[in-house]
Amino acid sequence: MRTSTTGRIHSWDLSTGVDGPGTRFVLFVSGCPLRCLYCANPDTWHMRDGRETTVDEVMAEIEKYRAFLTTAGGGVTVTGGEPLLQPAFTGEILRRSKEAGLHTALDTSGFLGARASDELLAHTDLVLLDIKSFDVPAYRRLTGGELAPTLGFATRLDRLGVPMWIRYVLVPGWTDDPEAVAGLAAFVAGLGSVDRVDVLPFHKLGAAKYEALGIPFPLRDTPVPARESVERVRERFRERGLKAY
Amino acid sequence: MTITVTADNRTTADAWRDFAGSGWREHVDVRDFIQANYTPYEGDATFLTGPTDRTRAVWEKVSALFPEERRRGVLDVDTATPSTITSHAPGWIDRDRELIVGLQTDAPLRRAIMPNGGLRMVESGLKAYGYEPDPFVTRVFGTYRKTHNDGVFDAYTPEMRAARKAGIITGLPDAYGRGRIIGDYRRVALYGTDRLIEAKQAERALLDARPSTADVIRDREELAEQTRALGELAEMAASYGCDVTRPAATAHEAVQWLYLGYLAAVKEQNGAAMSLGRTSTFLDVYLQRDLDEGVIDESRAQELIDDFVIKLRIVRFLRTPEYDALFSGDPTWVTESIGGMGQDGRTLVTRTSFRFLQTLYNLGPAPEPNLTVLWSPQLPFGFKEFCAQVSIDTSAVQYESDELTRPRTGDDTAIACCVSAMAVGKQMQFFGARVNLAKALLYAVNGGRDEMTGAQIAPAAPPLTGEYLDHDELSAAYDRVLDWLAKTYVDALNVIHYMHDKYAYERVEMALHDHPVHRFMACGIAGLSVAADSLSAVKYARVKVFRDGTGLAVDFRTEGDFPAYGNNDDRADGIAVGLVESFMAKVRRHPTYRGAEHTQSVLTITSNVVYGQHTGNTPDGRRAGAPFAPGANPMNGRDRHGVAASALSVAKLPYEQARDGISLTTTVTPEGLGHNPDERAGHLVGILDAYTASGGFHMNVNVLDRATLEDAMHHPEKYPDLTIRVSGYAVNFVRLTREQQLDVISRTFHGSL
Repeated sequence: MRTSTTGRIHSWDLSTGVDGPGTRFVLFVSGCPLRCLYCANPDTWHMRDGRETTVDEVMAEIEKYRAFLTTAGGGVTVTGGEPLLQPAFTGEILRRSKEAGLHTALDTSGFLGARASDELLAHTDLVLLDIKSFDVPAYRRLTGGELAPTLGFATRLDRLGVPMWIRYVLVPGWTDDPEAVAGLAAFVAGLGSVDRVDVLPFHKLGAAKYEALGIPFPLRDTPVPARESVERVRERFRERGLKAY
Repeated sequence: MTITVTADNRTTADAWRDFAGSGWREHVDVRDFIQANYTPYEGDATFLTGPTDRTRAVWEKVSALFPEERRRGVLDVDTATPSTITSHAPGWIDRDRELIVGLQTDAPLRRAIMPNGGLRMVESGLKAYGYEPDPFVTRVFGTYRKTHNDGVFDAYTPEMRAARKAGIITGLPDAYGRGRIIGDYRRVALYGTDRLIEAKQAERALLDARPSTADVIRDREELAEQTRALGELAEMAASYGCDVTRPAATAHEAVQWLYLGYLAAVKEQNGAAMSLGRTSTFLDVYLQRDLDEGVIDESRAQELIDDFVIKLRIVRFLRTPEYDALFSGDPTWVTESIGGMGQDGRTLVTRTSFRFLQTLYNLGPAPEPNLTVLWSPQLPFGFKEFCAQVSIDTSAVQYESDELTRPRTGDDTAIACCVSAMAVGKQMQFFGARVNLAKALLYAVNGGRDEMTGAQIAPAAPPLTGEYLDHDELSAAYDRVLDWLAKTYVDALNVIHYMHDKYAYERVEMALHDHPVHRFMACGIAGLSVAADSLSAVKYARVKVFRDGTGLAVDFRTEGDFPAYGNNDDRADGIAVGLVESFMAKVRRHPTYRGAEHTQSVLTITSNVVYGQHTGNTPDGRRAGAPFAPGANPMNGRDRHGVAASALSVAKLPYEQARDGISLTTTVTPEGLGHNPDERAGHLVGILDAYTASGGFHMNVNVLDRATLEDAMHHPEKYPDLTIRVSGYAVNFVRLTREQQLDVISRTFHGSL
């Protein structure tokens, strides 16, 4: 079914092994309610900066890759920005991709999880759920938002049986507190539909974008984590019987 | 060709013990032998073994010479002995330890001179490295014996010379060996030279009945030379204690005989690419028989291949520094084609396919031999995964589509040089380098004048005079320039190959082909992405022209955005497809020497840097002197949507109109193949499967960080083995010129944020 639904997007890209399984068409939608201090994509914060596009246009682009993605063992990932800021648009992309026989993934902070309808989730094969911190005040300082909606969303996904990959960005001094990590590991271990946990070392590859936008990069002076500490955090998850990379 | 089988030949009966099939016994037909006898392998890499102490000792002994060779450019040259199959006394690396013997001269890395191609090339090569040309050699080849190079320049027209000098036609093999001819070296092992000589004599007898026209006389003389060369091969082999007049009776002999056949070729010819063919599955038959008989174990099987590969790694030619600058280091293109599927649906992968790749671990990464996997989604997963892992670990493997070659050149296809597919022993090619399509576009703007010198090179035509380039006007002018270019180009190639056959004929390589042989005229194009993007800019944006006092367009300014080739966008990709199709059609209009079938490649090797240096500002915004993208690659940085989009653009170029190959060089960071290292090989397999299924022909896969390359530029001593794929072959990164290193670093690295 064709639709006239429109959305605002930043860009699209093809990536391998980083935005869900295999090689994927990754759609970056514009606009995000959070302002994570380590954000690598400040150019996707505002919906108004995005390019208005129809679902049909996006699907026409995806169609060009359908055979490639199917053979390569990949699919479509909607990320952002925050895809659930535009739930109708995102839902249409997921539904139509799914109908085209592609594996679908939704990359979200879960902050707006309540906006994801059960129908949208029925068209989602995998949720990449970014849990920015497990410490409520730290979450607030780091993102400007609340942790509770994300945890609620995770619980709901588990109840609906939607597979999840939990993503946790390790930022020295911000998200490496052992107690918070232990708490998160315990919480995640309780979610039956979590397939794996990606512990992603904080990086500063987005710094140039801040410069171009003329806004200060808040974590400019924060070091990237040592390889050992990343491995140590992964180990905390593994101890709970989770697959962590 | 036909052979009479001598019924009571006991040696042959012993050599062929336990082999099945009959056709190959009656006719020289290596493919038939392979099909009747090989054992497909569907498993994984766990059976492989590491290097033995013996292998390590031999490799260390010869590698110890590399630093000195790198420092001086060449380690040593025999300046006095023009190389022939039998010119040099035998040489060894480590006589007691070597399993596979034979060197090009009497000492490892000691280079020979081959003046048949051209005396000037030899002399400038010698002088560049501090050697004096030998007076006797100079007298012989300057006075008594004409060379290929002399012949070509006798027959070139002023127009060809001008086009060559301006760099619109470049890299022509008019002063050096053309190469890209693959002898079927397996024949030496399977049949022995006595049997091969008999077959050549039978081919010759058929010609004796025909009227002595120029063509028939030439064929007779060539067959006589081929027969003589096989005799010389046997003589050279005997000097190493090997009797190759009879078939090989063991795996050790099979590897040795095959190598001696190849060695005869590289003693006789300094070809631009001296490729090996498709030997691994052939050799596997012998290795498997010895394994079954309990004569050897896996470790021995591996060390035979390791030792063979050591020999292939030290093939050397004397070339000039300019030649090496063009081709990045000192390449020999000892291309070995591995894997693929058979026409009957069985995989042609054997354990020895794995063993060849394993040499990259046992001996460390290296650019030669140029290991080329004929890829098909149907290949066994264990093999695909191993290939991908080797790529990730070494960046030393290239992939070509078995799905495209098998229906056209059969399941005994091998790649010559980088991307040139031919049926082994049945087809050969006349290597034709390439024309510069980007420069040709500027000629269209400038009425046939060269944008760098102002000289009139193409026939004078009215230049485009508008303030902005008009797409229709430009297209029409471009079409006329390309008509002229195709004609001049094919004509020049005809001259070159006539003279090469006459003065520098590949006697032993052609002795290992059937007669008559199918010939290709392998034309080529460079600057495809620059030309396509320039046309796209003119079509979809506005391109303002800046002219000098003589009216020559010397710069352009693009106003607005335009779609660039490399983003899976048909608007730009269609322009590139159109250029490939149209130039091929133009080339086909001109008759070729010896009725060769026209083909073309989209390949630059590493000369994309030099072509760029000789080409002015282009309408796509590329600055004068800036490198082109290599081969069929999108321009660096303009493919903005990742490796899959870029690859799909290249996959649109029709192989049928570029049968000599379409080259794509891809660089991915390790992270670009996935956060989790354990999943990267599987992901790369998926990309290769999907690219092949989409009609992609060739992919060089580099898995590298930019930081590694930058560090290697500053500390070359830390990275003696750092190997990268550049364009159809691999090079030692630290041996590239600084310009080439910067070019590689500036290329698109498909990573992830």
